[in-house]
Amino acid sequence: MKKLKILIWCCCFLLSQGLMAQIEGEVIKPYKANFLLTNAKIYTVTKGILEGHDLLIEDGLIKAIGKDIPHQNHSIIDCSGKSLYPGFIDSGTSLGIVEINSLTETQDYMELGKFTPQMQALTAVNPNGVAIPVTRVSGVTTVLTQPRGGYFPGTAALINLNGYTPAQMFGGFKGLIMNFPSAVRSGSNDNRSLEDLEKSATKTLDEINILWEKAATYLAIKTKGGEMDYYPEMEQLSKVLNKELPLLIEVNAAKDIVLALEWIKEKDVKIVLTGVAEGWKVAEKIAAASVSVITGPVLALPTRDSDNYDSPYNNPALLHKAGVKVALRTMESENVRNLPFNAGFAAAYGMGTTEALKAITINPAEIFGVSDSIGSLEEGKKATLFIADGDPFEPKTQVHQVFINGYRIPMTNRHIRLYQEFLDREMQP
Amino acid sequence: MNKKRLLLAGLLIWLSAQVYAQENHSGDLLIKNAQVITITNGSLENTDVLVKKGIITEIGTNLKASKNTKTVDASGQYLMPGIIDAHSHLALEVINEASSPITAEVQMRDVIDPFDISIYRALAGGTTISHAMHGSANVIGGQNVTLKHRYGTRDPNRLIMEEAPRTIKFALGENPTRVHGIGKNLQPRSRMGVEAVIRNGFEEALQYKAAWGKWNLEKQKKEINTAPPKYSSRLQTLVDILEGKIIIHCHSYRADEIYMLIQVCKEYGVDKIVFSHVNEGFKVAPELAKYTMGASVFSDWWAYKFEVYYSTAYNAAILTKNGVVTSINSDSDELIRHLYHEAAKTQRYGGLTDNEALALITINPAKQLGIDKYVGSIEVGKQADLVLFDNHPLSIYAIPQMTWVDGIKYFDRKSDQADQRIKINLKRSPDPFRLSTGSHDCMQDVDMSFTENYHN
Repeated sequence: MKKLKILIWCCCFLLSQGLMAQIEGEVIKPYKANFLLTNAKIYTVTKGILEGHDLLIEDGLIKAIGKDIPHQNHSIIDCSGKSLYPGFIDSGTSLGIVEINSLTETQDYMELGKFTPQMQALTAVNPNGVAIPVTRVSGVTTVLTQPRGGYFPGTAALINLNGYTPAQMFGGFKGLIMNFPSAVRSGSNDNRSLEDLEKSATKTLDEINILWEKAATYLAIKTKGGEMDYYPEMEQLSKVLNKELPLLIEVNAAKDIVLALEWIKEKDVKIVLTGVAEGWKVAEKIAAASVSVITGPVLALPTRDSDNYDSPYNNPALLHKAGVKVALRTMESENVRNLPFNAGFAAAYGMGTTEALKAITINPAEIFGVSDSIGSLEEGKKATLFIADGDPFEPKTQVHQVFINGYRIPMTNRHIRLYQEFLDREMQP
Repeated sequence: MNKKRLLLAGLLIWLSAQVYAQENHSGDLLIKNAQVITITNGSLENTDVLVKKGIITEIGTNLKASKNTKTVDASGQYLMPGIIDAHSHLALEVINEASSPITAEVQMRDVIDPFDISIYRALAGGTTISHAMHGSANVIGGQNVTLKHRYGTRDPNRLIMEEAPRTIKFALGENPTRVHGIGKNLQPRSRMGVEAVIRNGFEEALQYKAAWGKWNLEKQKKEINTAPPKYSSRLQTLVDILEGKIIIHCHSYRADEIYMLIQVCKEYGVDKIVFSHVNEGFKVAPELAKYTMGASVFSDWWAYKFEVYYSTAYNAAILTKNGVVTSINSDSDELIRHLYHEAAKTQRYGGLTDNEALALITINPAKQLGIDKYVGSIEVGKQADLVLFDNHPLSIYAIPQMTWVDGIKYFDRKSDQADQRIKINLKRSPDPFRLSTGSHDCMQDVDMSFTENYHN
């Protein structure tokens, strides 16, 4: 009997040890509260720079910006000597829809077929992708994640980098991706003649035009209440035609850009040009067409051997100077955290810090039609912002705290945990 | 009269040739009033650097040079040593000889392409030296070559840094096991096999060395009545590795495989080894510090393949703080254009000091390539490979303004012109459009039918 008691005690002890072991290395979760960020330098983006101001976060929104805001039951964060910026927006990535780039099992950015506009990037977003916390601690809070391949690879979605389901992450914008056919030689092994190139591009564009007309017919029948078979491709493409969804046209070579501008002339739909690597060669034409541009990565090679070494660095500035509204993208998956550095390079090579900042905040917010909620620090907007100890484009600067929709984001991720674990290792050789 | 004209014309041609020669080969230079980041001796304000015949002869204030010496006023600008990339595939016509798990006999110095525009672009980013490496298809790949970016020459040999010691490429993990094991059903199929391939190679080399030793001894004693052993440049190269004549630069990612090669090298008495990429180097940083010539890493690349999934951008900082000689490399024609920015990322990820960060792309890679006697810092007696920035090179706003190799200016932002190609193929005009953020070059030229993925 005594033995049994001892055994039970031992079991209890072991059990408690086991429980304790589970508590060790406790996880910090994002949490929502009312925060008062005091005495900060506030980069509003739309209303200048405010020195020594407070910013009040309530119910996930920026409730107030002002001097000496009275506090009551607020969690106070002293921001003396620090700056506040709106969360950065990367306007083109595959973040969340691929985990390890070389493993086909984890590549969810491409479906079979050339005409798959109904494929939803948002469906494939993994809220627990390891790259998501790696990204958001850099101040990049919001990204467009997009499918690729074919003529119409699918529908891109704007996501915030916090949430347990894709729906919770959804940032309020979707756009249909279209790859404009290219009539230029690509790569050193492409030996097609100019004639062949044009023939092939024209053929592809003809196919696209046929799809487009079909979508118009589909829409016409639908509008008149006609009955139709399940046709998800046309259902989705027709949403572009009735302006429910914008069309994001990926086009990069100068010649192709001009052809794309020609193609969109007659089309009464919402259009954004993406890529636009050689935009600097035809910037005036793009400006004249009054179409916005998502370009990048800025840290890229020139598109041709004969081009200036710095043409990709200059591209955003030259587009901006021509009068084009420019947003930037990295086209990254695991290294979206480099967006501020891409903006920094654009800033250094002619765009200037103010405009480069706009290109990753208010400009994409406007292009995506969500500028009423994100893209700048203004009362009433979502509290998606971060605290930094300096210019966030500078590598030296540290981002101290990120908020997404009012959630205080844990400033950690696997990269940081590995640093903590291995910096000063036990068991020396 | 005609003769006189001819003579005059001849003289003019000779004179202009002289001017040209002076322009291109003299390497005399005086840079005045720069903020000089020496790397090895602190940062010096308003300092002059005098260069004669490509060598730094004086560092100080109010230095005077002869009349013909080119003088650059660098007031308010930052002068640092030319950037060195310890892992590159720039200016190479081919990268992989993927035909066998060991191809130690092939030499990258045989496939240098002096026309590669990437050389100019690297110069425009302040990079003056790159380590042009064999790819990572084989466990023991080919011999690499250290290049000085003397762009403009049509002679491949002019690009070679002859002072640099021999180096060879090794590769562990996914690439050799995919190419040979999965692709050809040949060992290695696993990390066990990778070790076996190296051990087999080293043992065969020892036998080869013994056989030659025996034959040479017999020859000396004039007792010779047998034919010499069959010569093998592959085995001879392995012998040279075992005798410490060649520095190993080993493509590697995971801590286990890094540790494996450290153990094998210890056993065979090889201590000239640098680990490259080495994404999980941070896990075995104390071992790397104790037994190797260091680690050459990416600033932030990860997750492009499984063996780099458990990486951290803090790798360089952890390695540095553990005393590992650490460098940051590009492995890409794109990244090589802004290694100063890659180095700067170690300030965000781990808070390295300015000098620690800049050492990652100057003196440290120089040590790993065995060329720190000649380059990697601004010191009297060293070669005048220099780069001038308008802002501090670790700032995002820094733009390289001028780049010199051996005291000769190869890049000047003010006079930069669009087309810098030195060979133009009119058949391919306009030159092809190419969208690239810099491919990972390590697996170039490997038949993709058996590799599937194009990753380094």
